[in-house]
Amino acid sequence: MINVGEILLNLWQGSGFNAIFSGFTTGGWQNLVMLIIACVLLYLGIVKKFEPLLLVGIAFGCLLSNLPLGGLYHQELWTNFMDETSEFYHSYGEIMRHGGLLDIFYIGVKTSLYPCLIFMGVGAMTDFGPLLSNPKSLLLGAAAQMGVFVAFFGGICLGFTGSEAASIGIIGGADGPTAIFLTSKLAPHLLGAIAVAAYSYMALIPLIQPPIMNLLTNAEDRKIKMVQTRVVSKTEKIIFPIMVVIFVALLLPDTAPLIGCLMLGNLFKETGVTDRLSDTVQNALMNIVTILLSTAVGATMVGSTFLTANTLKIVVLGVVAFGISTAGGLLGGNVMCKLTGKKVNPLIGSAGVSAVPMAARVSNVQGQKANPSNFLLMHAMGPNVAGVIGSAIAAGFLLSVFG
Amino acid sequence: MMLASPLDGIGVLDAAIVAVLGYAVVFFGLILLMIVIMVMGNIFIAKDKKREALNAAAKATIASVPVATPAASTAPAATAPGSAGKLKLYDVEPKTAAMLMAIVADKMGKPLNELRFISIKEVK
Repeated sequence: MINVGEILLNLWQGSGFNAIFSGFTTGGWQNLVMLIIACVLLYLGIVKKFEPLLLVGIAFGCLLSNLPLGGLYHQELWTNFMDETSEFYHSYGEIMRHGGLLDIFYIGVKTSLYPCLIFMGVGAMTDFGPLLSNPKSLLLGAAAQMGVFVAFFGGICLGFTGSEAASIGIIGGADGPTAIFLTSKLAPHLLGAIAVAAYSYMALIPLIQPPIMNLLTNAEDRKIKMVQTRVVSKTEKIIFPIMVVIFVALLLPDTAPLIGCLMLGNLFKETGVTDRLSDTVQNALMNIVTILLSTAVGATMVGSTFLTANTLKIVVLGVVAFGISTAGGLLGGNVMCKLTGKKVNPLIGSAGVSAVPMAARVSNVQGQKANPSNFLLMHAMGPNVAGVIGSAIAAGFLLSVFG
Repeated sequence: MMLASPLDGIGVLDAAIVAVLGYAVVFFGLILLMIVIMVMGNIFIAKDKKREALNAAAKATIASVPVATPAASTAPAATAPGSAGKLKLYDVEPKTAAMLMAIVADKMGKPLNELRFISIKEVK
């Protein structure tokens, strides 16, 4: 006769509840805390609308990978994958044989496939016209990378290794795909914390930037109205992505995957003969990759690597990086304002932190607060898209040094 | 775990050098790009100016040709090729009308000079 008690006992022993409570002191508590963190992130994404398209996926990936015995993600497989002494070093075959669903998703992060495809979508959605009509805005995009290197230095001072500090610093570039691209190559064990910090701070740009903007610019300069820039021809817009790829990839070959995909997406948009491809890259492909990327990144947030003092340090360094990048852009804006005889509104400098188009919108809003008839949006889009290229160059430099 | 790079155990002074160098490389890369864009922009601006000068010269040549028939001045002005007569606007600014026509042409995927707009009226 069937022993019902034994069946029920087996069911209980095979359940995640048992795994959490019987191993509470040996890691069960970490699973529990991570489940709570995942729910908090879901709340922030759904209710507070913090970058919901990414944060909801990240939070759910975190939730899934912290359900004991689910077998969706195996941290130990990836530890072996990264260990040069292991027989499974860089063995995707081992991942495919024994990995779970989220391990398979994560291969796309590890190979940099998803960040590059996201960049292709970003390129297809970006109009580089404001940058082409005012090329000097590239200087503001460069100035606003200050936070990347200050946070990198801060990371070293706080005891991180060079690769870890470089991955933390890139949060200051305010560019999610770039941060994921660099971290997955240099410090994959910090990927979850860095991705969450980067996307959370990007969502908080309207709160983080305005006080710094008011502090570093004076009321008179904030009222400056900028003259309309020239109209850029279609031919220039078609030549631009080709030219950028050639120059930037020759200068820093490590940036070729990111810049190459960004500019390919932009070329699809501008040629006028690849509308279908442009549409697919901007919508269907971008949405599919966002789902895979966000859940895979969330899956890396396992308790043993996430619940450490390092995560808190990353959160602090991340906001420092954002703040200093904003300050760097504004200082650049102030210098341009002085050099041009008050023809440039320094507020557009803060848009150099990338985070397209949120940072440019913040510049516009602050400009209109100082002078309601001021429209800085198109002027701020120049530094904004320059910041995307600038953060990719910064990532390429850090990768060439620590990769 | 093995260090991924020989520079992973970098000291504070070396980190400061890497940070300054990295910032300088970003500036160098973007300044290089800026120069290239400026050169490209100047080439296109010069091209546009040349084209405008040619158009202006052609217009001046046409204007300098004497009118052969005096009676023509009393006749209604001929419409230019591609023109589609007058457009009546009711409570609509010319700028808004121009924008609306451009949007309609874009949505229909037809050149503006192949469409005829008879009137535009604001529906209140």
